Amino acid sequence: MHDTARAARFALAETAIDPEALRAGLRHPAAGALATFEGWVRNHADGRNVRRLEYQVYAELAQAEGERVLAEALRRFDVLAVHCTHRSGILGIGDLAVWVGAAAAHRAAAFDACRYIIDEIKQRLPIWKRETYAEGDSGWVNCQVAAPESTASEVTHGSE
Amino acid sequence: MAEAAAARRALRVRYYALLGEQAGRAGEQVVTAAATARELYAELRLRHRFSLPQTRLRVAVNAAFADWDAPLAAGDLVVFVPPVAGG
Repeated sequence: MHDTARAARFALAETAIDPEALRAGLRHPAAGALATFEGWVRNHADGRNVRRLEYQVYAELAQAEGERVLAEALRRFDVLAVHCTHRSGILGIGDLAVWVGAAAAHRAAAFDACRYIIDEIKQRLPIWKRETYAEGDSGWVNCQVAAPESTASEVTHGSE
Repeated sequence: MAEAAAARRALRVRYYALLGEQAGRAGEQVVTAAATARELYAELRLRHRFSLPQTRLRVAVNAAFADWDAPLAAGDLVVFVPPVAGG
């Protein structure tokens, strides 16, 4: 019934992502649906104006973990081909930061797999984002320490 | 759980995101008696004044996520993984 093998590919890109080429790479004779997700760089975050951002990637581990996520998607959903490419480096407003595609015989599995992949990629891959704001300062997203914490408060659940 | 102190040996450490910024470098070789990644982070946090507590990090050893309390061996590549923000 299915003419060719099921396929999963993860890639990291240092230059602009070409979604048309990625879309073509998911073509499959048994596919009746393609769901895609594009993550774009937006001009605001947490009430601040963002001018650009930088993705730093621990490439070896991100590649391995990305491949794991896609293999899981193949196992969990009735899809034929899945792909994800994530950018590294400096990106401007509107640039494509991440592209996910899932091809399947029917749309439900394509949507589900696409959603699963982007959610897991965001949570698990060692990729960090530095936003540069309109005021010229910058910060690593999710890396802020809420309150200046004393050394004493944090050894409380250490082994000593 | 008496654990023999590790002999001093050279480990490789790489820093990303906020850790790289605060250490002022992308990585370094560290000669240390730290037996585990947990001990190593405590030592390096003092040296580089990292703001992130160990509880906010994960650790990877030789390009695979690892346990904080697994023993480290000479030449291991240790990467402390700050909270991620891909996608």
